[in-house]
Amino acid sequence: MAHDDDTQALERAYQPSRGLGVAVSDPAENPGLPPHRERMTDKDPRAEKAAVRTVYTLFYLSLAGSIWAVAAYMLFPIESGLAIDIRHNNMYIGIGIAFALLALGIGAIHWSKALMSDKEYIEHRHPTRGKDLTREAAVKAFSDANDDSGFGRRTVIRNSLIAAVIASILPGVTLFRGLAPHNNSHGNPIAGDPVALLKHTMWEKGMRLARDPEGTPIRAADVTLGSAFHVIPEPLAELGHHDGYMEEKAKAIVLLMRLRPEQLIEAEDRKDWSYDGIVAYSKVCTHVGCPVALYEQQTHHLLCPCHQSQFDVTDHAKVIFGPAARPLPQLPIAVDDEGYLIAQRDFTEPVGPSFWERH
Amino acid sequence: MSTATLKEDNKQKPLGGRFIGATANYLDERTSMSGFVKELGRKIFPDHWSFMLGEIALWAFVAVFLSGTFLTFFFQASMAPTHYTGAYAPLRGVEMTAAFESALRISWDIRGGLLVRQIHHWAALVFIAGIGIHMLRVFFTGAFRKPRELNWVIGFVLFILALAEGFTGYSLPDDLLSGNGLRIIDGMIKGLPLIGTWTSFLIFGGEFPGDDIVGRLYTMHILLLPLLVIGMIVLHLMLMIVNKHTQFAGPGRTNDNVVGYPMMPVYMSKMGGFFFIVFGVIVLIASFFQILPFWDYGPYDPSPISAGTQPDWYIGFADGALRLAPPHLDVPLGNFTLSLGIVIPVLVLGLFIVVVALYPFIEAWITGDKREHHLADRPRNAPTRTAIGVAGMIFYAVLWAAASSDLMATHFMLTMEGVIHALQALLFVGPVLGYFVTKRICIALQKKDREIVLHGYESGRIVRLPGGEFIEVHQPVDVYDRWKLIDYTTYEPLVVRPNAKGRIPWHENLRSSISRWFYEDRLQPLTQAEIVAADAHQHHTLAHDEEIEAAEIAGAHERAGVTSDDQVAPADLHVGETPNTPSSVIAKEPAKPRKRKKSEDGE
Repeated sequence: MAHDDDTQALERAYQPSRGLGVAVSDPAENPGLPPHRERMTDKDPRAEKAAVRTVYTLFYLSLAGSIWAVAAYMLFPIESGLAIDIRHNNMYIGIGIAFALLALGIGAIHWSKALMSDKEYIEHRHPTRGKDLTREAAVKAFSDANDDSGFGRRTVIRNSLIAAVIASILPGVTLFRGLAPHNNSHGNPIAGDPVALLKHTMWEKGMRLARDPEGTPIRAADVTLGSAFHVIPEPLAELGHHDGYMEEKAKAIVLLMRLRPEQLIEAEDRKDWSYDGIVAYSKVCTHVGCPVALYEQQTHHLLCPCHQSQFDVTDHAKVIFGPAARPLPQLPIAVDDEGYLIAQRDFTEPVGPSFWERH
Repeated sequence: MSTATLKEDNKQKPLGGRFIGATANYLDERTSMSGFVKELGRKIFPDHWSFMLGEIALWAFVAVFLSGTFLTFFFQASMAPTHYTGAYAPLRGVEMTAAFESALRISWDIRGGLLVRQIHHWAALVFIAGIGIHMLRVFFTGAFRKPRELNWVIGFVLFILALAEGFTGYSLPDDLLSGNGLRIIDGMIKGLPLIGTWTSFLIFGGEFPGDDIVGRLYTMHILLLPLLVIGMIVLHLMLMIVNKHTQFAGPGRTNDNVVGYPMMPVYMSKMGGFFFIVFGVIVLIASFFQILPFWDYGPYDPSPISAGTQPDWYIGFADGALRLAPPHLDVPLGNFTLSLGIVIPVLVLGLFIVVVALYPFIEAWITGDKREHHLADRPRNAPTRTAIGVAGMIFYAVLWAAASSDLMATHFMLTMEGVIHALQALLFVGPVLGYFVTKRICIALQKKDREIVLHGYESGRIVRLPGGEFIEVHQPVDVYDRWKLIDYTTYEPLVVRPNAKGRIPWHENLRSSISRWFYEDRLQPLTQAEIVAADAHQHHTLAHDEEIEAAEIAGAHERAGVTSDDQVAPADLHVGETPNTPSSVIAKEPAKPRKRKKSEDGE
């Protein structure tokens, strides 16, 4: 016991700094706990009985809810595939479970509030820090361990250990290189080069522009004034899932629109990229890559529904509003002998969001 | 153990019956559990409704965990192509990934499957919202101060983990909406300087979208992240028990004690009951309100998208930050491109998050206070902190609102540009305005508190003095209630002094100016002498008022010709909180006609 007194004296000596805290010389006095107020259930036996009744009734109701949920599982089949059956199944099982849980919870809380003792207890707090003796013992444990092992003294051992432990992480990190393919995997010489992949799409000279997703080629004559087509390269539709259909499509999607030729502002070097007012632009937003799918026919603006970047189709799809940094890349198009729209070549710049190695 | 043996020797019934006694004995002899139960069984927890907010998050997580486990039995985390053959007719025979197909089966072909999926999604939303609200409570009451700074950081990590859980889970069904969400994440990652392209390439296992991402997100979603969440929750609760819960100032409550009810049985019953209520409410929502009908959106395809595309609300602030960036922010650096349109929002969000995580340490550095704080502040008593919190909330809210800029524009018939420009301006102006307004409101509330403590509350009882002047009687506040208004601590600005070398280091100057910003406007806590003086003054005033009032009432009776026996004595006016109306002062029930007469006289 004397030992305990010693430690308490030591703890009283521990007075942490109050910093900028204002010290009030004559602090206001705490009036102490107010007198205990009895509840109705403490004073009136009838109220107590009523509370008891409420609690067990709630528990029985909960039981009923559980049984109902099991019954509902059997009573409301969904095998028809009709939305109404799904809705009933979902709702009736849910109501049963919710009822069971809520009645249980409300019952338990009512029990604790109305019937369990509501006498307030006072528990003393101790400083979170360990007692001084304990702290000394802990420090001693470390210093003993240090002495016994020589961890602090034998610096060569220690430093080489630290180096080895750090180096041992490297193989694990290296293994994660395997998350992405290497070159020549899947028989593709550039499969492991993201920069090369990002700089090319499957468009090439003479490839027909086709409707998305059917893959039927589009005649220049089909593109009436004011209309817009969602376009994929014709051979894309034949690609299977494992031939990179998704990945190619994510880069190659194009929007095709016809404007009156006099509405188009065209740079000298792009004069022959359109055909009779028909222009094709990448559908992948240059901001973060959403499909720029909303075409405002009257203003000839393209709008990205993700972050509201707006591009002006009459003027090289340059950005007129929103967070995008660059115009949508233009696909140079022409018409083949049969009147179908074809690409003159691949895009002249990478499509989609900016990336570090762009240029 | 020895007592149990003793009791058996005495042939007495052990506490809780023979079976429980024997079980407890069996367990204790193998686990030494009695010490644990002794320590925790009657641990005292303070009571306040706001202490329940973190519990909402905890119980919602249990609901997420249980419902999620059920879902893993059916979900196929694979992007292999397959064809749906189940009951939902519109998508029968359509090619889709196994992930989408199994999510569809859970919703349309397994009884109760849709319910569990909706419970899982709703519970996840409640989990994240619960954490957010709990964090606000902790922030505004200063419950992050020593010794709880580390627990704040742990809680903050839990918030980030919850967001990650939310986002990874959202992406699993591989539907059009979540696919576009992943597309945005891919675009953001690609925009990061130096590492972006390769990071995206590694995450997606090649080019976007690839065949790997759903499987990889799934491993994160059901293995790594839950493990971390559970570990952090355990740490969080252990530290809460070690530190003991904070309590609000109140009579009998001090910085050195906890006043409340014991863990067993009161909190066991209340917390246990509350788990069922939280779970029950989530199930109720899931039974009636549809969430994410991904079959309407269809499987992911890189080409289509729907107008009004929104992320789940908790990612909204990040999406909004992207939307508010101004255009044309690509900067060419030699052969490279710095995509500032991505980098700036990412940096702003990162900075905001880091400041939130480090706030306890910042405040501790300013105050230099090394004491433990177990009394939660009322927000008004820390005006600058509260104002900073409100500014942060406004900042977050503007970013969040920006994620719905298109919907605001269409619903309120505004221009898209107008909404974005307004939000851009509000992002800077809003927090500043919010800061000043909040700080002034806090200080005004403190002054109001002080007035109530020193001069009593407005009783609503109007008395006319002999000179014709009307006064409202102020009644003293109950001493126990009053203590809640009195008990707070405050700080004063730092006055810098040269150190031993005769210099003032720059960081002390900085600390001094920040502390002036924080604590220059403040109300000093009341001293006992001030309170005693105010009590005496109040007592005197009331006695004086009472005298005048009694004379007035007597005079009124006299003028009305009421004999002294019939006079109505003023009721016991100074007890109770019900304001007295003039009629109850002057007239008894049967004396109504006379009262009317009197009022006529008065006119």
